[in-house]
Amino acid sequence: MGALLAAAGLEAFYGPTRVLRGLDFSLQEGSITTLLGANGAGKTTTLRALCGMIRTRGEIRFDGERIDRRGTEDIVRLGIAHVPDGRGTFLHLSTEENLRLGGYARKDRRAVAGDIERMYEYFPRLRERRRQQAGTLSGGEQQMLAIARALMLKPRLLLLDEPSFGLAPLVVGQIFDIMRTVNQKERVAILLVEQNATMALELADQAYLLETGRIVISGGADDIRRNNTVRRSYLGY
Amino acid sequence: MSVFWDQVFAGLVSGCVYASVALALVMIYQATHLVNFAQGEMAMFSTYLAWSLINAGLPYWLAFALTVLVSFGGGVVIERVVIRPVESAPLLSIVVVFIGLLVIFNSLAGWIYTYTIKSFPSPFPSQPLFGIAHVSPHGVGAIGVTLVVLVLLYAFFRFTPLGLAMRAAAQNPQSARLVGIRVGWMLALGWGLAAAVGAVAGMMVAPIVYLDPNMMSGVLLYAFAGALLGGIDSPGGAVIGGFIVGVLENLVGAYLVGNDLKLSVALVLIVGVLIVRPAGLFGKAIVTRV
Repeated sequence: MGALLAAAGLEAFYGPTRVLRGLDFSLQEGSITTLLGANGAGKTTTLRALCGMIRTRGEIRFDGERIDRRGTEDIVRLGIAHVPDGRGTFLHLSTEENLRLGGYARKDRRAVAGDIERMYEYFPRLRERRRQQAGTLSGGEQQMLAIARALMLKPRLLLLDEPSFGLAPLVVGQIFDIMRTVNQKERVAILLVEQNATMALELADQAYLLETGRIVISGGADDIRRNNTVRRSYLGY
Repeated sequence: MSVFWDQVFAGLVSGCVYASVALALVMIYQATHLVNFAQGEMAMFSTYLAWSLINAGLPYWLAFALTVLVSFGGGVVIERVVIRPVESAPLLSIVVVFIGLLVIFNSLAGWIYTYTIKSFPSPFPSQPLFGIAHVSPHGVGAIGVTLVVLVLLYAFFRFTPLGLAMRAAAQNPQSARLVGIRVGWMLALGWGLAAAVGAVAGMMVAPIVYLDPNMMSGVLLYAFAGALLGGIDSPGGAVIGGFIVGVLENLVGAYLVGNDLKLSVALVLIVGVLIVRPAGLFGKAIVTRV
C-alpha cells in the first residue's frame, strides 16, 4: 500500500534562510503520526511546508500526486485540513459561520448543514455557542472549533499544530480524546505537532523527532517512547 | 421651518451618494487596509459610460444595468491587472498607484468626453412629489435606489456562501486559504462590487451636480468623511456616516458658512473624528501590541 503522504528531501525557507534541511517521512491512510522536537526544530514549518504556505524545495506527494508546486487553496481542496498554530479562528464571525467556512471548498455543499450538526454532536459546547462571535469563546472552545472547522472539509489528512497549547490540563485531555475519536470514526489520518511528547506518543502510531530542521529519530511510537535519548530530552524521566 | 426640512431632504439625497461611495471605500479598506482614492473617479468614468449608452439610444434602466455590470467587470480587471502586482509593495507605493488611477481616469474622461459640463438624465419624473416644491422625485428615487443596493449587498454578505467567504478572506486571509478560499479572487470581487456600487452612486448624483470629469472629487471627500465618521472598518457605520455627513453639510452650508465653504465641513469632520474618536462611531478601536 502506498503512503497517503510522503515527503522526500523536503527543504523549506523563510526568506533566504533554510529552516528544513531535507526531511524524508511518510504516513499511512488512517494513521496518527506525531512530529516531536524542541522549539525552533521546524515542526510548525513542516506543516506549513506541506500546505504550500512557504517556499519549499523537494518533493511532497499526497495520495501519489505531487503537491509541492501547488497553492495552499488547491492543496486544501485535495483533502488536507490544517489547524494552524494560533488556531486560525475567524474571530469576528460566529461559531456556525466558522463551521460553514470549513465546508466552503467541498463539492457536496448540500451535506454541509448535516455535517455541522454532526460536529455539534462531537462538540456539544459549540452548539451552545453557535450564534456567538468566535472571538468570545474560551481557549478550549476555540480549539474545538478549530478542529471542527477542519473536519468540515471532510479531509483525508488532518494537520494539527499544538492543539494543547495554552490549555488547562483537563481540557488538553478532552482534546486528545477527541483526536482519538475523530481518527477512528472519520477514518482521517492525523499529523500531530506537539510539545506534550508524553501524550502525543500515547496517541500516535508513528513518530518523528526533529532537531534543527532534520529528522534525527523515527519509528513506531512505542519504540520511540522507550528510546533513551527521547526519554531524557523530551519525556523528562 | 420648511427651509430647514428642505435642507435635510437635500442632505439625505447627497447623503445616499456619500453613503454608497463610503461603502465602496470600506469594502476595499476592510480587505486591504487602504483607502482607494480613485474610487470617485472610477464612479465618474462609469457615469460617462452610462451617458454614452443612453445617448446611443438605450433605455435608461438597460443602460443602468449594463453600466453596473461593466463597472463590476472593470473593478475586477483593475484589481487583477493593476493592484495585484503591487499587492506586497510598501504602503506608499500602493497609495501612489491609487493616485495614479485617479489621475488616469480623470484625464481619460476629459480626453474622451471633453471637460464641457453635460446634463445627465434622471429616470424619475420631474414634477415635484406630494406638491412640496423641494421634494424632487429624483431625490426620492435616488434614496430608494441606494436603499435597494444596500439591502442587496447586506443580503449578499450575510446570507450567501460567497459573501461569507469574502468576509472571511478580508478578516483573515491566511485562515481563509486554509479552508480553500481563493483569497486573490475574493479581493478582485470586492473591487468589482465597490466599482459597481460607485457606478450607482455616480448615476444618482450626476443629474444633480451635472456630469463633468471632476464631479466626484468633492463627493469622494464627503464619502471619506462619512466612512471615517461611521468607522472605516464598519460597512453599516460608513452608510450611516455618509447620510449624517450629507445632512450636516447642507445644514451647515445653509445656516453657518454658506455654500462656498461647504467642502470644509468634510475636512473639519475628518480632522475632528481623527482627533476625538479615530475608530469612528461604530468602528472598533484596534489595539496593536508592539
